[in-house]
Amino acid sequence: MDLQTTIYLVVGATFALYIGIAIWARAGSTSDYYAAGGGVPPVMNGMATAADWMSAASFISMAGLIANMGYGGGLFLMGWTGGYVLLACLLAPYLRKFGKFTVPQFIGDRFYSQTASTVAVVCLLVASVTYIIGQMTGVGVAFSRFLGVSSDTGIYVGMAIVFTYAVFGGMKGITYTQVAQYIVLIFAYVIPAIFISIALTGVPLPQFGLGANLSGTDVSLLQKLDQVVTELGFGKYTTSTAGSTLNMFVYTLSLMIGTAGLPHVIMRFFTVPTVAAARSSAGWALVFIAILYTTAPAVGAMAKLNLHGTVNSAVGIVNDPKGGLKVDAATVKANADIYAPEASLKYEERPDWMKRWEKTGLLKFEDKNGDGRIQYYNDKTKNEAAKAKAEAAGWKGNELTVNADIIVLANPEIALLPNWVIALVAAGGLAAALSTAAGLLMAISAAISHDLIKGVFAPNISEKGELLAGKISMAVAIVIAGWLGLNPPGFAAGTVALAFGIAASSLFPAIMMGIFSKKMNKEGAIAGMLAGLSVTLFYVFAHKGIFFVKGTEYLNLIGGANSFFGITPEAFGAVGALVNFIVAFVVDKVTKEPPEHIQHMVENVRIPRGSKAVDGAHAH
Amino acid sequence: MQHDVQGYWRATLGLLAKVLVIWFIVSFGAGILLADMLNGISLGGYPLGFWFAQQGAIYVFIALIFWYAKKMGDIDREFNVHED
Repeated sequence: MDLQTTIYLVVGATFALYIGIAIWARAGSTSDYYAAGGGVPPVMNGMATAADWMSAASFISMAGLIANMGYGGGLFLMGWTGGYVLLACLLAPYLRKFGKFTVPQFIGDRFYSQTASTVAVVCLLVASVTYIIGQMTGVGVAFSRFLGVSSDTGIYVGMAIVFTYAVFGGMKGITYTQVAQYIVLIFAYVIPAIFISIALTGVPLPQFGLGANLSGTDVSLLQKLDQVVTELGFGKYTTSTAGSTLNMFVYTLSLMIGTAGLPHVIMRFFTVPTVAAARSSAGWALVFIAILYTTAPAVGAMAKLNLHGTVNSAVGIVNDPKGGLKVDAATVKANADIYAPEASLKYEERPDWMKRWEKTGLLKFEDKNGDGRIQYYNDKTKNEAAKAKAEAAGWKGNELTVNADIIVLANPEIALLPNWVIALVAAGGLAAALSTAAGLLMAISAAISHDLIKGVFAPNISEKGELLAGKISMAVAIVIAGWLGLNPPGFAAGTVALAFGIAASSLFPAIMMGIFSKKMNKEGAIAGMLAGLSVTLFYVFAHKGIFFVKGTEYLNLIGGANSFFGITPEAFGAVGALVNFIVAFVVDKVTKEPPEHIQHMVENVRIPRGSKAVDGAHAH
Repeated sequence: MQHDVQGYWRATLGLLAKVLVIWFIVSFGAGILLADMLNGISLGGYPLGFWFAQQGAIYVFIALIFWYAKKMGDIDREFNVHED
């Protein structure tokens, strides 16, 4: 069977499975729709949370960025897992005890103010829509490869599918579907990694393979990779940081507190049966997430080595006559000359996967020195030795551009793995993007229909009207995100990082103070959220355009790119959060303290006992 | 029955402080601030700082959450505020 047919078959089968589950578990009442009726055990909830969490950014984009960034890519790994520690011990158990459906509901009740709740809705919407833009970028990449079309067309197809999919069921339908999606995506991620790890190092577990020696040599994989990339003028793989150490620090922090502030993740913890289960659910979620997150660095590093090996025979990764790639121990040990003229791959002899990806426009070759061979190196290097060697070899600039977002999807193709593995990865990528997009759309629709329309504008709206309003808001969100996804503010994972920064700067501090500071009042919380959100958006929009519309950047106004201590816009959320806390405490000091019953409520939220009595999500 | 709410909250915050210190040390400490220094040590083919940033911190986070959940359960029972 040819590759394309296999892909259609595998993707089709997984979709049939998800839709089947969604129909089988169709939501009945509004509470089912948003919170799955509370009948979800911790391990399964953990799996669903993991699927919800691991989006196109984690699955499709992250390992590619790690491949590009090397050590600095660790900020995604630490940031997107470390947040679960904060979630488990600072937020989840208390929000579960509080027992409502949504984050704006908590903020509205705790800060005894409709305005606070409305501000929270705004923060939630900005963060979620930004997040979905990132998903759309990822979906576009997946569909463009899968259907052999341009990435723009891929986004249009993705929009249609995400829409049909998300309006179908509610949270309950989604919870069980997401368990299925988790299983598909984790197999899709881990299986190719195991194949590749065995091919390169003989060690089946990628987590150990990354730290092992290349087969038949005493050179470790990372050592070889370091050597190859440095010779080609890139930064040393195991030490290059993402900007300054300060930037890496705040970037990691932003992702961590953003994780704990993202509404669609928090919503999960409203649906567990008890406070104790809320604590362990976060742990289970992290276990399932970590399977992918500890594999990702191996995927990134190995794909990078394979890619360099494919276009340059001096690296020592060669085609195995039995299929796949293998290590050529003699070449590896000899440290063959990467700049030798015959080492670079002839364009005419490029593997089929390159031809397939060229169609999407995400991989490009341009023969700058007219020798018909592919030279892939860093032509902007500050490494003088590398520069001199490239010039001496007659290289006239880098000739291969590989979009970072294609690395994971192309990974099994680069490694020449069997067709069914390639098809499985395509299915996994789509599962990841769809499950998260669906979860986010749930959060958006709940915020608009439940918190805004029912809560503020039309308290007497019928259940039916509320559901309809929710679905309409989903449709609008998809169209906006898709449109902005055509000209995305960055790679999928970078865009998603912006969303985390926004959540970190606005919602996380408000929830934290709501639980840990009994005296925090509504004026403080509202001022804090507004200050955190606006300062972050101001900095982000300066780099990425107002509401991410290209051409509206205003960098000169803030004194150039990354002008705030060299901090990138993706990393700015932590600074925004700090502003949020400071403003909130200052305003709190000069305004009057919250009423007695609110202080009692906070005390009550801190204690697990009685969780079933204040059980809004489970009362039906 | 009146519970020792103050005592319970103090015990909770004490545990949280421990959790957050470990959380900080493995990620921001070993994975970022001290990474260069730790890279001098190798763990198999991994430089240690690199390993913390891309593997080790994650393993510690998992252990940390389950440890926290267990300890919190103990504190809940000690102050008799656990769920029925």
